[in-house]
Amino acid sequence: MMNPTAEKACPWDPTAADREHLLAELRQCLPADSVLGDPEALAPYECDGLSVYRRLPLAVVLPETVAQVQTIMRLCARFKVPVVARGAGTGLSGGALPLADGVLLSLAKFTRILELNPLERWARVEPGVRNIVISETAAEYGLYYAPDPSSQIACTIGGNVAENSGGVHCLKYGLTVHNILALGIITAEGEYITIGGLAPHSPGYDLLALFTGSEGMLGVIVDVTVKLLPIPEYAQVLLAGFPSLGAAGNAVGRIIAKGIIPAGLEMMDQAATRAAEDFVHAGYPMDAAAILLCELDGVEAEVRAQADSVRGILESCGADHLQTAVDESERMRLWAGRKAAFPAVGRISPDYYCMDGTIPRRHLAEVLERISQLSEEYGLPVVNVFHAGDGNLHPLILFDANREGELTQAEALGGQILEVCVEMGGTITGEHGVGIEKLNQMCVQFPEAELCQFHAVKKAFDADGLLNPGKAVPTLHRCAEFGAMHVHRGKLPFPELERF
Amino acid sequence: MSNRDALSSLQAQVCKAFETQSPLAIVGSDSKSFLGTADEGTPLSTAGHRGVVSYEPEELVLTARAGTPLDELEALLTEKRQMLAFEPPRFAPGATLGGTIACGLSGPRAPYCGTARDFVLGTRILNGRGEYLRFGGEVMKNVAGYDISRLMTGACGTLGILLEISLKVLPMPERELTLVRDASASDAIELMNRWAGLPIALSATCHTDERLYLRLSGPEAAVGEASKRIGGDSMVEGENNFWLKLREHTLEFFNRPESLWRISLPSATPPLALTGAWLTEWGGAQRWLLSDEDGAHISEIVAKAGGHALSFRAGSKAPEASDPPPLSSPMLSIHRRLKQAFDPAGILNPGRLLLGS
Ligand SMILES: Cc1cc2nc3c(=O)[nH]c(=O)nc-3n(C[C@H](O)[C@H](O)[C@H](O)COP(=O)(O)OP(=O)(O)OC[C@H]3O[C@@H](n4cnc5c(N)ncnc54)[C@H](O)[C@@H]3O)c2cc1C
Repeated sequence: MMNPTAEKACPWDPTAADREHLLAELRQCLPADSVLGDPEALAPYECDGLSVYRRLPLAVVLPETVAQVQTIMRLCARFKVPVVARGAGTGLSGGALPLADGVLLSLAKFTRILELNPLERWARVEPGVRNIVISETAAEYGLYYAPDPSSQIACTIGGNVAENSGGVHCLKYGLTVHNILALGIITAEGEYITIGGLAPHSPGYDLLALFTGSEGMLGVIVDVTVKLLPIPEYAQVLLAGFPSLGAAGNAVGRIIAKGIIPAGLEMMDQAATRAAEDFVHAGYPMDAAAILLCELDGVEAEVRAQADSVRGILESCGADHLQTAVDESERMRLWAGRKAAFPAVGRISPDYYCMDGTIPRRHLAEVLERISQLSEEYGLPVVNVFHAGDGNLHPLILFDANREGELTQAEALGGQILEVCVEMGGTITGEHGVGIEKLNQMCVQFPEAELCQFHAVKKAFDADGLLNPGKAVPTLHRCAEFGAMHVHRGKLPFPELERF
Repeated sequence: MSNRDALSSLQAQVCKAFETQSPLAIVGSDSKSFLGTADEGTPLSTAGHRGVVSYEPEELVLTARAGTPLDELEALLTEKRQMLAFEPPRFAPGATLGGTIACGLSGPRAPYCGTARDFVLGTRILNGRGEYLRFGGEVMKNVAGYDISRLMTGACGTLGILLEISLKVLPMPERELTLVRDASASDAIELMNRWAGLPIALSATCHTDERLYLRLSGPEAAVGEASKRIGGDSMVEGENNFWLKLREHTLEFFNRPESLWRISLPSATPPLALTGAWLTEWGGAQRWLLSDEDGAHISEIVAKAGGHALSFRAGSKAPEASDPPPLSSPMLSIHRRLKQAFDPAGILNPGRLLLGS
């Protein structure tokens, strides 16, 4: 297996003896079962949720204490070995893809809720705690943790911070960055720092924001303090079917212009609606060109009043199917279809590739038109699911990896879609991160000077480039190469990586 | 409203300063120069770089140049019944958007809907090399590259000169209501915290002079329901003025000769044993202390309670504001390296944030 270009920047180029030496040292300072080195034991760590990229690391370490994480980082700093942190491995951009000569640092054993303060409404948790567990634990106090990625039963809070994850409720309640108070970080040199805090206005720069979404490039998160919010008393969901995507998009803008910020505002196109309906029988209108799900929450009287206004808007925007969930079980059923949209699409295609661009909402109809043109051009169907309220698109490209060249075509189509998002004043990633996947599109979104500034920031935290090297920010060299090959559509973005 | 693009002249000035290694003191309208240490260097004013670049009410996004006065922005937003939800203080007429974001100051609504940085979506800046850079954008969700825009918020211009800022804006609430009741400081702190844990439309809290003030905001029905549950007298006369005066530090409380300290604490911290006059807001997390006590003593007591104290305005007896709270040694070196990454010659507001050299 060859190394990706960026990895070569790293001075560590171990011989077999070096590899043995590192493993021996790791075993000396960690319990025996916390260091994995056999290919068989390493296999479960070879990829994250973007499973087309796979690679075995030199070693996997599973520390249990912060002191052990510090020891590992100091050791790796001494050997100049790159380290990739990993939570649950549900990331969709290859951020937790191991490096062949690197250590994969799993935070999976850090699963304790350390403190929960119901009066001040925060919880301090270890990084490996699963997202949903925080809300489950806080529920007895009438509180919850708001960001709710669809992967919330599996993904970890550490991974959420590293990706600045969102969920269907982030339109009203914000992303991870809006819902955390403090982090404990182990630096590349193995030092412990605390950023943010329970008191507002922490002295110095806003490193909390800088760390959120930094994809494991600046430090290892070992402690997370999250904000907890009161559970809304009442929630209602409305379902509307539209004869065109444009009409549905228009309704989204009108609701918000009316001064209503729904708790969730999601859209699915016809293909996604049909796939979801076939799968979970949510009761979606199969003939609608697009459906909208709008959730309102608050006290009952408020929700009812808002639901009336929203119904009026939906109707005036041409909705020809309108339904309000009458009870909690119907509400859950309407959501079940949306939440199962990805697996539902998984049933209608051997493989799918999930994109994550964000655009200013007013360009929705145009962007969808461009996507559908591209889809035709590449001969691959695209199914659309979006967080419509905040313009975050998840086009799902359907393909069959067993067919020669289709994966490559799917990736090329995906790249084109992201470039359309940039052209429309949007971004190549709303919540899944750049990882290894969107490095080329970073070259499209950012000019050289910005990329240099990013590298300089990374260097301020990680002078030797040991934390997740080769991810998130492309080298200028890579961008130059990408620019040169960009004219030849359909080339492999990572020719050096083995594909499955 | 006048629109002016002063990018090229600002960029030329920064490039020159970089070449000659001569410090710059960045000013907007100079409304907040009382904060922090005096700036050394040639003044560089962003006030001439002004005007709204785009405003899309349906997208909840506004982009404006740094020198745009806040008053102008708010007038525009009000036409569409929208607002800067973090309620930025002005502290003097003419306060600009750039200065507001650079100082990262937020008003009474912040603990309930977010501080300045929570609303920043994107920025265009000049770094200390005079490079014109764009980070973030005009969309709500964006994780491409590090979040430099939020890093700029509150960095007091030490990492870059803010030229253009994109902000998320919010609809104005349909209705606002302020409730008042008598309460001791410790009861008030307890109540503020308890209420914030209930699903009610709380949007500001303040305790001073044995009175607890509480603002509810939202749809009519939500405000009505919340006020039923919480109780207290509704304050009719001068209701808006109260929160406005709190935001601007023009309430009677602030009109005293002692030094003004901003005390940041975990929200439920009981009243601290420091002599002086107290005003508690932000659900207990931000407190204002007017006191002639020794700065080191104040800082020590606050630190013991898990918070930090910032000398906000020097009183008549202490003409100089004292230093901001210190950073731990690994944090200090990260700060210095970050500063270096953006401003290698150390020319941007070198006196601010006290990072040393
Ligand atoms: C079915 C499905 C649905 C999804 N839905 C959503 C969604 O709705 N919204 C959304 O935002 N995302 C979604 N995702 C993406 C993914 O779940 C999130 O990105 C999640 O936050 C990743 O968490 P993780 O613990 O799995 O992290 P991993 O995949 O293990 O790691 C992700 C990145 O974070 C870094 N990292 C992990 N832990 C740490 C740490 N402790 N310190 C430093 N760096 C660390 C890794 O190096 C890597 O770069 C979905 C994924 C799947 C598979």
